Amino acid sequence: MLSSVAKPAAALTLAAALISVILLALGASPIGVFAALGEGAFGNWYAFTDTIVKATPLVFTGLAVSLAFSGALWNIGADGQLTIGAIAAGAIGPWLGDWPHSLAVILMLTAGAMGGAIWGGLAGWLRARRDVNEVIATIMLNFVAVQLLSWAVHGPLMEPSRAYPTSSPIAPAAQLGFYFSPSRLNLGMLIAVVLAVACYVVLFHTSVGFELRAMGRNRRAATFFRIRIERLTILVMALSGALAGLGGAVHVSAITHRLYEKLSPGWGYEAIAVALVARLNPLGIVAAALFFGALDNGSQAMQRSQNVSPVLVQVIQGMVIIFLLAFDTPLWTGLRDQMTGAPATTAAAIAAPELPDA
Amino acid sequence: MLEAFLSSTLSMATPILLAALGELIVEESGIVNIGIEGAMLTGAFFALAGAYFSGSILLGLACGIAAGVAINAIFAALVVNLSVNQVVAGTALDILALGLTGVFYRKLFGITGKAFMVRSVPKIPLGPLANIPLLGPVLFNHNALVYFTFALVPILGYLISRTRYGLRLRAAGERPAAADALGLNVYRIRWQALVVSGVLTGLAGAYLTLAYANTFVENISAGRGFVALSVVILGRWNAWGLCAASVLFGAAMALQFGLQALGTMVPYQLFLALPYALTLVVLAGFGGQAAAPSALGEPYRRS
Repeated sequence: MLSSVAKPAAALTLAAALISVILLALGASPIGVFAALGEGAFGNWYAFTDTIVKATPLVFTGLAVSLAFSGALWNIGADGQLTIGAIAAGAIGPWLGDWPHSLAVILMLTAGAMGGAIWGGLAGWLRARRDVNEVIATIMLNFVAVQLLSWAVHGPLMEPSRAYPTSSPIAPAAQLGFYFSPSRLNLGMLIAVVLAVACYVVLFHTSVGFELRAMGRNRRAATFFRIRIERLTILVMALSGALAGLGGAVHVSAITHRLYEKLSPGWGYEAIAVALVARLNPLGIVAAALFFGALDNGSQAMQRSQNVSPVLVQVIQGMVIIFLLAFDTPLWTGLRDQMTGAPATTAAAIAAPELPDA
Repeated sequence: MLEAFLSSTLSMATPILLAALGELIVEESGIVNIGIEGAMLTGAFFALAGAYFSGSILLGLACGIAAGVAINAIFAALVVNLSVNQVVAGTALDILALGLTGVFYRKLFGITGKAFMVRSVPKIPLGPLANIPLLGPVLFNHNALVYFTFALVPILGYLISRTRYGLRLRAAGERPAAADALGLNVYRIRWQALVVSGVLTGLAGAYLTLAYANTFVENISAGRGFVALSVVILGRWNAWGLCAASVLFGAAMALQFGLQALGTMVPYQLFLALPYALTLVVLAGFGGQAAAPSALGEPYRRS
């Protein structure tokens, strides 16, 4: 289990080193940048609470990605599923004014989860019944979702004055309140943590979870154990989508209170970094999401004090994924042989990588 | 009106077709490169930076190509040599490219990007052909990159289906183990494919900044790399099919701009979503990926 901590730590260290070089080349101070990131993320009570708030959608999308990846279903579509969930929640939210608070919130979150489940389940169905690669399907569905949202806030869901491309605000009854105002702490993270524990239990302590992991190890072999691959594929993709969609609904309910274009800054893609750093373990997702949430949060302060674009965070995400992938490979020893064409003897004998095979 | 629409269809189709042809070569060798979006974006940025600081469009194009090749080389090292998951590696490069170009852009040109314009790649009317009514302005009054791209279609089609190089390429993508047994170096073939594709994808990115926008904005590729992925699928892994699909999507994009300008009731988002929705419908309707190379997406490990 040491490697489950050591590898992400080593990947982070290498990424930090490489980014320092880039920053030096740009004439910025790496120490200043990293200090500003830390200060912006944890410097005071408000910064600290906002790190938790910024990490919340990442827990949902991170769980969505890790669940699908565990079954070797490459769901690149958490972003689209989150968007559809947000649309569903934002569409019914304004109409819940007469409902009791708890019921209104539950209704709105349920709508979000269902929206995401449909979007994810669609990709699962395409994979299971129409033999369509889920990678391509989820990427395409992401772009369709972005356009759906754009159309919704310019068209049917546009606020009544029709001055701004946003939807009508959701009813106060459907809003997840802030507990320690002016901090934006809300129930979202609590829901996310409960779901993380639930995902952990399902993945490692139920037969469905076992079947899912078996499918991840070897899809064809799983059929010999009477695992109904097709049904499982649709189910897992729908569940994965539901988690992401719920994240979108929580975000609308607690933070934005309305829909607008480009609602997600790429949480579904960032989730891949979160899931890999957490080694696809649902409990690790919370910690990994907090780390990347802290980066997101700190990047604003870093931009102000260091004049470096906040998209530096994406450089860090990309590099962490790449280094983690590289560390996982069993094939280092066979490298020279591959390129020179000499017989590779050792490669096949080495243990399989920790990620499920494609 | 029609003339402008058709002409802009071709210039919109060009970067997509260029990148898709690159992706075709890569997929024939058995690899799916989702990082194509990142390679395109990086190519776009460095092409513009190169052209801006050197004052030479040719040097700009060279920088764009070098950037595309560099991103693909990272991808190749990961997926060809280290047998890393192609989907995850490609996504990582997309994220990385978005971040890197954003950080460099902000540092070099500030937030406004005011003085960040370059001259456009010049149009070359093809002599008397350009004077034919309708056809002339639509087909024969473009820049060299457009002619080059459409000329590549028959060349690549021939190369892939009729030459030794193409045979080896397809062998690596269909039955890598058998190709290896016959003495072909699958690793080298896949590396070559990714380098060639890096050239084309970098050039596609360069087209966006040097021939289309004449400037750079963050995420200028805006999903065109992913459109190229779907073009390869819709074109059934055939160069001519790719050409047709690219022109179709180019038309959808041109139409969308026209509609936005006219302010009609038809939502322009429909046309922006069209390439992606159409890909899904076609994939669902035509039994998935029957035309795809058999070993597509599977890492090859020599044993």
